[in-house]
Amino acid sequence: MKKLIIALSIASASPMMATVLNPAMAQDLNIQFTNLTHGSHFTPLIVSAHSEGQHLFEVNTAASGSLQAMAEGGDISGLVNEMNALNADTTENPAGGLMAPGQSVSFDMTTQNDNDYLSMAAMILPTNDGFVGLDALPIPKKKGTYTYYLNGYDAGTEANDEIINGAGAPGAPGVPADPLGQGGTGASGVINFESNTSVHIHRGVIGDTDATGGISDLDSRIHRWLNPVARLVIEVKQEK
Amino acid sequence: MKSFHSPDLLKLSSLALLMGSLMACNNSPREYQVSITNITHGQPVSPPIALLHKADFSLWKIGEAASDALERMAEGGDGSALLALRDSNPQYQADAPLAPGASIDFSLTTTRGGFNRLSVAGMLVNTNDGFSGINAIELSELKPGQSTVYYSHTYDAGTELNSELTGTIPGPADGGEGYNATRDDVTAVVTLHSGVVSSDDGHMISTLSSADRFDNPSLKIVVTAL
Repeated sequence: MKKLIIALSIASASPMMATVLNPAMAQDLNIQFTNLTHGSHFTPLIVSAHSEGQHLFEVNTAASGSLQAMAEGGDISGLVNEMNALNADTTENPAGGLMAPGQSVSFDMTTQNDNDYLSMAAMILPTNDGFVGLDALPIPKKKGTYTYYLNGYDAGTEANDEIINGAGAPGAPGVPADPLGQGGTGASGVINFESNTSVHIHRGVIGDTDATGGISDLDSRIHRWLNPVARLVIEVKQEK
Repeated sequence: MKSFHSPDLLKLSSLALLMGSLMACNNSPREYQVSITNITHGQPVSPPIALLHKADFSLWKIGEAASDALERMAEGGDGSALLALRDSNPQYQADAPLAPGASIDFSLTTTRGGFNRLSVAGMLVNTNDGFSGINAIELSELKPGQSTVYYSHTYDAGTELNSELTGTIPGPADGGEGYNATRDDVTAVVTLHSGVVSSDDGHMISTLSSADRFDNPSLKIVVTAL
């Protein structure tokens, strides 16, 4: 039924389309993003529509300094500045702070020019350098609603020691915090080196059940996750 | 495509299609064959339920608190209360749990055009409040003879702490309590499930073993329009 209406409107508007439709046309989108995890918060999200060949991150390559700052401490300012310099259309922190487990945020975006690819990133708390990510998804051109599931990544910049010590600065070991308030203390640390120093799919957190010791300050019953960690629904409001 | 069809031709063919689809909505029965397969390693799934319903209904919503009916299914494996929410709709309830690797097939028929959504649910019974299923999947695009396949995620109802303790899990791994109205989860809304830890992975007093662990997806659901 929807397709029929589209076909009819194209047919009736066809004399106009040749002049109106061109690759530089703006596109209006609605983005709905949901934290699917049961025990992890997301730090402020960066959502960026950009042109071909640009990335917030790429799997199997070393993280940029700005990506590291996002993944280790939730600071997206560097990524935002870089995307602005590339004339991307960027939405910064649409949820106005942390996103709790199960929380959704919905917002409109208008993409300009050749900004036909969508990338997203936000740190997963509590982790050392884990983040939810989307790398250069081609934005659908046809009107409709499209659902995607996003996975958890590891920036490869910090050892996953799982020690909650407040450290969020790039290069400082440790986990900044557990906003859920279920973190422990006194952990000896799961591991003190990172053997894969490129961006990769996160192997998950280990955790333990010892709130005042053990190897991890994370709780294995609460802070683990299974992919996917987020749902993305893109509504394309008009053809491009 | 545009260059081969005049606008008038498109309109004519559209009108014919439109009339056809209106007639299809008008009381001719539509039958859907549903096949559910448990694709976990060792998690029996409680007798699955399924129903056809309108777009204004759903069994659960991510980020919202579970209904009491959902809690009863997710903690105790009894989907009756969920079906009772729409007891005049076309619906199905299996009479036995679905073992790992096993499938069930059934069909649902409706003559009402509005009942174009399908939901399916069942508990992973060796968990505290984990379940799998599909929620309000739209069937109206499915033409006779066509099939779609869904691989469903595992959800957490957010109604019971994932303690994995002896006496808290109704499945054969424990034989403990099912539904309990008390809500004590750290996250009190429906989310995806974070998996079970088990005694084999460091939760020494867990009643679960490595055999109860799972990953996404957990059910394969095939829907065919007949």
